[in-house]
Amino acid sequence: MTAKISAGNTDPMARPRFIYALRLGDDALILAQRLSEWASRAPEIEEDIALTNIALDLLGQARALLDYAGTLEGAGRDEDDLAYLRTEREFTNVHLVEQENGDFAHTIARQLFFSTYQLALYEELISSTDELLAGVAAKGVKEAAYHNDHATQWTIRLGDGTDESHRRMQAAIERLWPFTPELFESDDVDRALAAEGVGVDPSTLRSRWALSIAEVFSSATLEAPQTTWSSHGGRRGVHTEGFGYLLAEMQYLHRSYPDAKW
Amino acid sequence: MSQLWEVFVRGRRGLSHVHAGSVHAADAQMALRNARDVYTRRGEGVSIWVVPSSQITASTPDEKDPFFDPSADKVYRHPTFYNLPEEVRQM
Repeated sequence: MTAKISAGNTDPMARPRFIYALRLGDDALILAQRLSEWASRAPEIEEDIALTNIALDLLGQARALLDYAGTLEGAGRDEDDLAYLRTEREFTNVHLVEQENGDFAHTIARQLFFSTYQLALYEELISSTDELLAGVAAKGVKEAAYHNDHATQWTIRLGDGTDESHRRMQAAIERLWPFTPELFESDDVDRALAAEGVGVDPSTLRSRWALSIAEVFSSATLEAPQTTWSSHGGRRGVHTEGFGYLLAEMQYLHRSYPDAKW
Repeated sequence: MSQLWEVFVRGRRGLSHVHAGSVHAADAQMALRNARDVYTRRGEGVSIWVVPSSQITASTPDEKDPFFDPSADKVYRHPTFYNLPEEVRQM
């Protein structure tokens, strides 16, 4: 491990960028991990492939972002070190992406909420002055648009489907609604990078997100949830109960067989 | 509820749609998306058609002889006497 200790990146602007790239990368990585839990378990083989395709898109985004974060940090950590060798408190993803898959409606609701946010984010991030972030966004925006379409189509069909599918879809959006405000929280890192034209202040995406979600709810005959509490803390490394189990499964192999190749 | 759809994929501009396989889906829009995920994830396509399998009328193995055998001995129908230039690939 001594080889990994270095002075780190001394550029004062690198630290906020590192934190920012890590946040976006962690969101994508953890949602990819959750979605891949559906492999071989989805309702139909077509959907199995659809969900794992989405997982792979997100994993690709995560790799690019974590690799970049490692470079910005300048401490010698690569994408694998960041994904597999950090502890729970060092992950900075939002709570929404770590929520359990639940039934299919819950997975779709989580996907709808996240992809709507990510699509809006990437549409803005394309014009980042940071070449790598702009590149990830340019590639990711097409992926996010498809993820959003997939989730929208399913939300409409389940919401406006049978009594049972409507009940489950409504229950899913109510269960996950409290995890959506965290997507739009901004702190000094977000605001500083937004001011520089490097990042996007997530609070500016909220109205577009709400409008898009309201349209889908309306087509899907779903009622907007009225819950007032909300969950926070992911960006600071405070996570919900299920997250430890997710990490244990995700990191087990790498920690048991360091540097295993296949 | 789910029905079967036949999937046709066009590999690139200028080629025709070719049958790729089938998918299950509740309706045409979902069938198109499933087809995209199942049959074009390695960059195979630029366009997809989906058709309800029930809408396809197919010849049966019983009809094989009357349908296809009579063409076997009519060699003059095959354009095998032309020499194609190397550059012409898609004929």
